Order: sequence, then C-alpha cells, then structure tokens
Amino acid sequence: MTSLIHARGLIKRFGDFTAVDGIDVDVQPGEAFGFLGPNGAGKSSTMRMIGCVSPPTDGVLRILDMDPRRDGPRIRARLGVCPQLDNLDPELSVLENLTTYARFFGIPRKVARERAAELLDFVQLGERAGSKVEPLSGGMKRRLTIARAMVNEPDIVLLDEPTTGLDPQARHLVWERLFRLKQQGVTLVLTTHYMDEAEQLCDRLVVMDGGKIVAEGSPRALIEAYSTREVVELRFPDDQGSYVGKLEGVGERLEVLPDRILLYVTDGDAALAEVHRRSLDPAGSLVRRSSLEDVFLHLTGRTLVD
Amino acid sequence: MTYVLEYHLVNYRRTWRSSVLSSLVLPLLTMLGFGVGVGAYVTGGIDGHSYLEWMVPGLIASTAVQTAVGEATWPVRACFEWVKSYFAQSAAPLRIADIIGGHLAFMMVRVLLSVIAFLLVAAVFGALGSLWSLTVLPISVLLGLSVAAPVMAYTASVGSDTMLTVLIRFAVLPMSLFSGVFFPISALPEALQWAAYALPLAHGVDLSRAATLGLDLGVGALGHVAYLALWCAAGWALAVWRYRTRLVV
Repeated sequence: MTSLIHARGLIKRFGDFTAVDGIDVDVQPGEAFGFLGPNGAGKSSTMRMIGCVSPPTDGVLRILDMDPRRDGPRIRARLGVCPQLDNLDPELSVLENLTTYARFFGIPRKVARERAAELLDFVQLGERAGSKVEPLSGGMKRRLTIARAMVNEPDIVLLDEPTTGLDPQARHLVWERLFRLKQQGVTLVLTTHYMDEAEQLCDRLVVMDGGKIVAEGSPRALIEAYSTREVVELRFPDDQGSYVGKLEGVGERLEVLPDRILLYVTDGDAALAEVHRRSLDPAGSLVRRSSLEDVFLHLTGRTLVD
Repeated sequence: MTYVLEYHLVNYRRTWRSSVLSSLVLPLLTMLGFGVGVGAYVTGGIDGHSYLEWMVPGLIASTAVQTAVGEATWPVRACFEWVKSYFAQSAAPLRIADIIGGHLAFMMVRVLLSVIAFLLVAAVFGALGSLWSLTVLPISVLLGLSVAAPVMAYTASVGSDTMLTVLIRFAVLPMSLFSGVFFPISALPEALQWAAYALPLAHGVDLSRAATLGLDLGVGALGHVAYLALWCAAGWALAVWRYRTRLVV
C-alpha cells in the first residue's frame, strides 16, 4: 500500500518568506501523524497544502495518489478538515452546520441527516442538535468542527491545533474522541505545539522548526534518541548561570533556561541527592520523565511553548 | 453551486420574515413619498405618463440594485472575515466558481423577492400597465448580477468596513440619483449623461420602464442587455480572481 500523503522536497514560499523549506513526509493508512513545532514553524502552511487550499511552490506532493494542483476537488472530497480557528456558522443550529456541510460533498439530504445525528452522538453533542452554535463553549465548538470534518467519511482527517485554546477538561475530551477515531482506523494528521498532545495521540511525528523537519520518529523513539530517561529541574533564587560550574558531572547534559536549570540524567533521585550533597540549595526542584519538550529544546536550543 | 445556494437559503430561513416585511414597507414608503407626494407637483407627467407610473419601473430597478449591493457587501465580508464560511466551503470539494456562483444565485433570490414585493405594492397603487410588467423580473436579475458580481470582487479586495460605506456613498448613491430613476437622464448635463450610461443602473431603468409602460426600445433593448451582460462577465472574472487570491494562498 502506498502512503496516503507523500511529500518530497516540499516548499511553500510567500514572497521572500519561506514558510516550508523542503520537507519529506510519508503518512501511512491508519496512522496518527503529527507535526510538532512552535508557532511559525510551517505546520499550518504544510496542512493547508495537504488540504489542497494552498498550492505548493515547489517539490513533490501526492495525496491519496493524486496531484493537489490538478485534482483539488477530488482530493478534498476525501479529506476531513478541522481548521485552527473554528469556522462554524453561528447562525445555524448544531445539526444544520453538519447537514449543510455534508451537502457540499453531494451527500443526499436523508443520509446527511442520519450521519449528522450519529456524529453528534459521537462527539457528545446529541442533546444540543437543535441549539444555535453561538452559545456553545470552545470545547463543544471544537468537537462540532471535528464532527463536521467526519461528515464525508474521510480517508484522512486533518486537524490543525485541535486543542489550542481549550481548557484542560475540554482538551481531554477532544483527545479521547480523537483516540476513538484512531482506533476505528481513521488516518489522523495533526499539528500541535503541545508535547503532551503529540505523546498522547501520535504514532509518529516530525518536529518542525523554521520550515524544516529537524527530527522524525515515534514520541518514545525521539525521547530515547535525543534525551535521557529523566530530567531534574532546578530553580535557584539568583542567576541560574552561576551554578553551571557547580553542577558539572551531575548529569549527562545540562540546559540553562532563564528561570531554571535542566539536568538530563538516567536516575533523577540519585542526581538530586548529588546536588544536595554538593551543598547546593535550589529554591525548587522537580524530578520528571523526559518529554518531547526536552527533545525540542535539545534540537533547537529553545523551549517550545512561547 | 446549488449546494452553496442551499446553504445560503438555510441561513436565510432564520431571517426571511423580517426581510420580507422590510421589502414591502420600503417600496410602500417610497411610492407614497415620491410617487404620490412629489408626483402631485409634477402635474404634466413625463412623456405622457403620470409621474407615479413613470417612476415605479425606475424604483424597481433601483431596488434590484440596492438589494444586490446590500447582499454583496457586508454579507460577503462576513463570509470572509467573521463567519469565515467561504474558508469552510473551500476546504470541501467546491471550486471557487461554485462558491461565488452559489452565493450570487442566493443574491438573485433576494433580488427577486424584493422586486416581487415592489411589484405587488405597485399593482395595488395601480401603477402597472399590463402583464408585460412581469418582464422586469428577468431584467432585475440581469441588472442585479451586473452589480452584485463586481461588488463581490470589490468587497473581497478591501480591507475594512469603511471601504464598503465609501462604495455606497460615492458610487451606489450617485448612481441611484443620476440614472433616470427620479427624473429623465436627458435633464442632466451631457457629461453626466455619459457617466450615468457607463454604469449599469441606467440601462436597467430603461429596460424596466419599457417593460411596465409598454414602450418599444427596438434594437436599443439589445444594446442595454448586452451592456449589462458585459458588466456581469467582467464582474464575474474579477470576483473569481479576487476570491482566488483570498481563498487559495
């Protein structure tokens, strides 16, 4: 089976600005694939090219074995798109938002109504079918947008920052629904700047920075390749940099941030004990598992969430 | 295209009652104010017709234009900026032409409804000559398209609401005043006559007037139709171009 999305040397330029700078991507059927990166990394531009609403400037892009430059409408007929900013119709009811959208795909009215009802149950909005969209919470709107993206039973669902701006509870509900879709074998392609989201949802991901792919793999493999098992975070009351010398040899690697020092270690508790043995007295300390954030920090020297 | 029309119609279901009411009240007021009020002073009539009879077809054409402009300005801006429904549509398997065509079709539904309301009020006032008056319906659609298409292109191009107000104040309003709706164009200085006939409304007014008063324009009628069709075609091309720059980037 060929990949659903195949990109080689894919480039998107806006005037002098290169948003996507020659990326190679392959997404396999049934996979949950993520683009992880900070704002401005080129994630959304990539998604728009995949969504066939933005022609590539250069390079190869094949989607469902078709050419987005030529077969835009045919490809879009088999995609589900959940954009970064909800573009639901606030004047229409929850149900009408799905049925009118289904009609854009040429789905017969009766089928559209049945499918809309099923999808509303799936995203737990069944009871709100008749209400207007306007008063819905951010999480409900996002779930409705996800339901709308499913209305044509797509081969690939594109989710651009699916939980940005949602409160923690709403995020978990969205994740749970997306996980269910994944279990049903739907191919998910998502962008995010949240490490936990990428870890929760993605089988495989690429880390993007400045329009380029800087690393690729499963969340676990990336952490293993670019980070240690555990991280000790130390917060000192004064200049963090002045402690670098005193911490030498405690971990495999050390990263100084404006507000804290990160020690990359195999055994966090042992490392913290060593810090105390050296009579260093951080105002705060935390031992945690390594995350994708650490991978990103290691690859780019910057933290991900800005 | 029909799917996009369907979407706009579903949306319209929510507001059609109030819009139908205003489509009836507006012609009623203008007909009372101008036709009956001003008409009382135009005792000789114009070209052998009473002022009311003479003015009604002009008002009908003007109504078609007002409705078309109204629909092609703020609602179009909403589809780009506030509701962003065009962006939702362009993610579906629709082409730019479907998105524009469907919305234009809806605008023409609105034009027809306003014109029908006007015809009903005019009939009550006894200002319509014969059943031939019904030919103002296709004329209004042609006129509506010739205005709506370029205005859609304009709305898609401007960056602020203010520019929509500018269009209405400095283009639509003067056009409504000088296109032979309220007084014959021949009363204008020659330069303004040319200006009036460069814009679509004057052609729509002449055609509508011929329809309700039963005048024979001869080949002139074809000239008006062709000129309006030219505005439609140019407006369509511009709209497709402007929409593409907004939706496909």
